[in-house]
Amino acid sequence: MRILIYMWEGIRIAYDALRAYKMRSILTTLGIVIGVTTVITIVALIQGLNQAFSSEISALGTDTVYIQKFPWTMQGDDWFKYRNRPNITVDEADRVKELSRTVSAVAPTVETSRTIKHREKTVERVSITGTTAEYLTTANADPEIGRFFSANDVASNRPVAVLGSEVAELLFGQSDPLGKRVTIGGRKFRVIGVLGKKGSFMGFNQDILAIIPIGTFQSAFGAQRRWVTIEVKAKSPQLIEETEDELTGIMRRIRKLTPEKESNFAINKQSLLLDTYNQLTGTLWAVAIGVGAISLIVGGIGIMNILLVSVTERTREIGVRKALGARNSDILWQFLVESMMICSIGVLIGILMAVGIAKLVAATTPLPAAITWWVAFLGLVFVVTIGLFFGIYPASKAARLNPIEALRYE
Amino acid sequence: MLIKLEKIEKIYEIGTVQVPALRGINLNVEKNEYIAIMGPSGSGKSTLMNIIGCLDTPSSGDYLLNQHNVSTMDDDQLAEIRNREIGFVFQTFNLLPRASALHNVELPMIYNGTPAAGRRKMAEEALEKVGLADRMHHKPNELSGGQRQRVAIARALVNRPSIILADEPTGNLDSRTGDEIMEIFEGLHEQGNTIILVTHEEYIAEHSNRIIRLRDGMVERDESVH
Ligand SMILES: Nc1ncnc2c1ncn2[C@@H]1O[C@H](COP(=O)(O)OP(=O)(O)OP(=O)(O)O)[C@@H](O)[C@H]1O
Ligand SMILES: [Mg+2]
Repeated sequence: MRILIYMWEGIRIAYDALRAYKMRSILTTLGIVIGVTTVITIVALIQGLNQAFSSEISALGTDTVYIQKFPWTMQGDDWFKYRNRPNITVDEADRVKELSRTVSAVAPTVETSRTIKHREKTVERVSITGTTAEYLTTANADPEIGRFFSANDVASNRPVAVLGSEVAELLFGQSDPLGKRVTIGGRKFRVIGVLGKKGSFMGFNQDILAIIPIGTFQSAFGAQRRWVTIEVKAKSPQLIEETEDELTGIMRRIRKLTPEKESNFAINKQSLLLDTYNQLTGTLWAVAIGVGAISLIVGGIGIMNILLVSVTERTREIGVRKALGARNSDILWQFLVESMMICSIGVLIGILMAVGIAKLVAATTPLPAAITWWVAFLGLVFVVTIGLFFGIYPASKAARLNPIEALRYE
Repeated sequence: MLIKLEKIEKIYEIGTVQVPALRGINLNVEKNEYIAIMGPSGSGKSTLMNIIGCLDTPSSGDYLLNQHNVSTMDDDQLAEIRNREIGFVFQTFNLLPRASALHNVELPMIYNGTPAAGRRKMAEEALEKVGLADRMHHKPNELSGGQRQRVAIARALVNRPSIILADEPTGNLDSRTGDEIMEIFEGLHEQGNTIILVTHEEYIAEHSNRIIRLRDGMVERDESVH
């Protein structure tokens, strides 16, 4: 009860003081504002990225590896080192499938981008994937309606296509796409399946695609100078390391690499992306913590400074309060509350600005930014710690004032 | 015995120079006395009042207030004594400039944890007692000097202290306003309050029952009036 009364009086005093020195108080909070804005914006960005990436990366599957010419994690001039490697071929994919024991599915894939037409309707820049029937397993490409193409379809190079949901919708609207004819890059195909909706990721629409048999793809769009990816699904996520080792051995055998030669292919997997991603967010965290800490310290010192001025200006007031029975701890809390109030103004402005920035970023860039309930919690933590930490020195200075000297102060 | 001072000394040290402000004051005050302290400037009147009001501590000597030895108390205990036992009225009023008359009078009750509703009621009563019922929500700078001093008196008596101390309460007021303030003190005395006030004016001192004259930090004369 008593503590509530003191707190209330503290808030009242602080409010009066802040109102009397509006401009000064707002300027004082600038450091806090910048710190809070930076930290919350970056954390919101990381959270947004996490939400988007975790679903995206997990879509890759923890049990799938990708045999490719280039590793996913390259830096600087690595590209020049790797570009002279021989291209991965469909034949190699067949050999891998033949030789490996730890895998459940192997699918070579090639990609291009083409226009798809149906009567007068067209969809441009559709991602076209050529692959085999096992892609159904390696990429979890189970159609929502219709079916995926069979080994038979692939073997006999049938002109059949599985469409992404958006392509199907744009071309066929409400009518049933199954069995309809579409033209992909000038060639005719029959629609046998439509995939479920995946939504967009980082501004990239994942539903504008078509999948066709790899032989059909090569005869339609050419077999040369295309980068083949061999998608391999391990029997279980636990076996992925073994699968990786086995595939390395098989590929080296296929390419007849002697032991002293380096591998001239890359085996990529989800965890590589995860590592890179974690590095990126780690850097962002470091920036957030660095900028945040510096501006909060600067802001805190600003608050301490303004409180010291305030204590001096109100020396007589402190004397009066002590003469009327205020204890040292009452005066201490009065200034701590004032300190926390200045902080909370800064935190509030900072949160509002961060929310604004996050909204702006989400609206104008493909970067997602998410601010949630933890903002309030974080704000509270800031208010309490900075307010207390930087307020304690001026407040205890005020609390220790001798009543009669404070009353005599001119 | 309400107040008992024994061999109270106060020595100010300014650098290496020692300034004795009080040099062995002995003083007994009974309940419901009305005392005026007089003496030339620099004789130690304010110093003595501040010690009685527990705003300052003596360099040596004993001070018993209601049989409690004040000299041995810590900061928190002194704060509580100031809050409950003493009502101080200053020459320069010492009101909080940004707070209304009502809030100023509520202040002492805030520091003893009186709930808001009771606080407000008692503050209103105290302001009525000094004739300021219609000025409760005015800020000090919207009040005349006499009105400010009445707010200060209301603040001093609102906690029903054992003793009201006033250091030249009329010093900043013209003589007519001073008389009005003295009437209030007289009324308070009649209601049973104990009052000690410092003044330079004989006609003000005449309101009291007992006049103590100080000179050079010592009691020069201590006489009852009427
Ligand atoms: N804080 C202080 N530091 C040093 N000396 C002081 C201090 N306060 C008072 N004194 C000295 O103590 C002596 C008594 O001062 P005090 O204020 O008690 O006088 P007073 O009787 O109230 O005078 P006045 O009538 O002018 O108010 C004076 O000599 C004064 O200079
Ligand atoms: Mg004086």
